[in-house]
Amino acid sequence: MPLLKSLSKKPSASKSAFRLKGGLFPLTLLEISHYERADFEQQLTNKAAEAPIFFNQTPVVLSFEEFDGDISTLPLGELVNICKAQGLLPVALRNSNTELQTQAKHIDLAIMPVGRVKPSKDVTEAEPETAPPENTSVAEKNEDTDEPNAARSAEARSEFSHSPTKTVTTPIRSGQQVYAPGGDLIIMASVSAGAEVLADGNIHIYGALRGRALAGVRGDTSARIFCQSLEAELVSIAGNFKVDEDLRKDHWKSAVQASLDEHTLCITPLV
Amino acid sequence: MAKIIVVTSGKGGVGKTTTSAAISSGIAMRGHKTVVIDFDIGLRNLDIIMNCERRVVYDFVNVINGEANLRQALIKDKRAENLYILPASQTRDKDALTVEGVERILNELAADGFEYIICDSPAGIEHGAFMAMYFADMAIVVANPEVSSVRDSDRILGILQSKSRRAERGERVEECLLLTRYNPERVAKGEMLGVTDVEEILATKLLGVIPESETVLKASNQGIPVIHDIESPAGQAYSDAVGRLLGEEVEHRFMSVEQKGLFKRLFRRSA
Ligand SMILES: Nc1ncnc2c1ncn2[C@@H]1O[C@H](COP(=O)(O)OP(=O)(O)OP(=O)(O)O)[C@@H](O)[C@H]1O
Ligand SMILES: [Mg+2]
Repeated sequence: MPLLKSLSKKPSASKSAFRLKGGLFPLTLLEISHYERADFEQQLTNKAAEAPIFFNQTPVVLSFEEFDGDISTLPLGELVNICKAQGLLPVALRNSNTELQTQAKHIDLAIMPVGRVKPSKDVTEAEPETAPPENTSVAEKNEDTDEPNAARSAEARSEFSHSPTKTVTTPIRSGQQVYAPGGDLIIMASVSAGAEVLADGNIHIYGALRGRALAGVRGDTSARIFCQSLEAELVSIAGNFKVDEDLRKDHWKSAVQASLDEHTLCITPLV
Repeated sequence: MAKIIVVTSGKGGVGKTTTSAAISSGIAMRGHKTVVIDFDIGLRNLDIIMNCERRVVYDFVNVINGEANLRQALIKDKRAENLYILPASQTRDKDALTVEGVERILNELAADGFEYIICDSPAGIEHGAFMAMYFADMAIVVANPEVSSVRDSDRILGILQSKSRRAERGERVEECLLLTRYNPERVAKGEMLGVTDVEEILATKLLGVIPESETVLKASNQGIPVIHDIESPAGQAYSDAVGRLLGEEVEHRFMSVEQKGLFKRLFRRSA
């Protein structure tokens, strides 16, 4: 796992034009069960009227897992155009077949591997105004998320949660490691010295942070770390880190959040 | 149903064997049929503290290997009516302990009507310590008021709640902390961690605080578990701890230098 790999605080002398970084974004699935042009267009228009904020250049993955009928003959280009007209931007296909994939290539759609999907609720019905998209993370399906020996007994992961948040209610002890792949980690206790907590998203600690906390381990620079008492050995966001000695200077033993400003890790008090 | 209690610490020499001898004697003296098992294979300390080393014929490993039965190996304590000792082998190594073997002996002891099975763990986090804790329903984690000991205890708590059989079944091992060799004067001078520091770091229930006392060494040289010395603060502190273990509400003592003053003040206020 690329935890501290991208640490280099200063870019190398010969500036490279780009960097490839892991990103993890929530994507909405448009699960299509049947297609008949007029009907589809009407339904989608109605939906867009219900949740205008959501239908705003929103990337979606077209999924045909529940499609009844033959998808080989589906007019993919037409379907995509209807979506675009309503503010949805199809970016990829999943659960398709070879015929459909050939069509997809012509209209520049990516092919997503078939994989495990979280139990889904209709996003727009769930919360029509804010419409948090279904968390179907690309990274989670593409990569083997090898979960380190976590405090297994302690973790509780709700089957019905919208995001893959991992919640731990017991202390994380020295020598233990807990990782929340694809989402946030919430710890309702302290993290001991010699323990390590990691998340692809944010880390919330309702207790003291005495060990190591690494958020955004797949490169999400917007990830944050919150804790009630900063006594950490190391705090890292997307590979940008501070160790104990730096951390002691300010806000030691107080409630703080850590976030990234450009490539600088900032520790600010929580009021 | 027998209750299996492991006395463990991670760090060596903190007072596990002293505690096992005292606690098992104390529980037995209150009328419960109790056995204390020495898991420190190859070292044999418990039988010396219990003053029965000359009565050892068969040991724990003999019973596991079927070379003797339990009845032959159990030594009846001369002081406490309901107490039996299962000594360790001096000649074998720790690998003689197997999960199946240990489980069989524990089941036999339970079937024999033992109410409490106290397991005196060796130091470290290796095989012997693992065997001692694996079947535990409850753990008494012994720590001295210093950073390295507390850190090791934290580690042991983590292992306990993730690797024990209860953990494997998704249950928790009941845990409690026994702070031994506590010296309030040195705590006041800042040379040792205080009770509240340790409690805060370990975030676990405090079973008791055993003061540093030379009567402990004297008692172990004489082969009399210190709990029999009702004059000594250490003996009294162990008695209190046994009371709490059996569910009584017992006020903590021996924690501060000016303890009498504090008590008086408390009484006056509540009156
Ligand atoms: N409360 C106390 N006051 C003074 N000395 C103590 C106290 N408790 C234990 N000791 C002493 O500390 C030493 C180690 O105790 P003990 O053998 O019980 O530790 P242990 O944790 O079982 O050690 P090991 O890890 O080697 O098995 C002994 O000499 C014992 O007399
Ligand atoms: Mg010992």
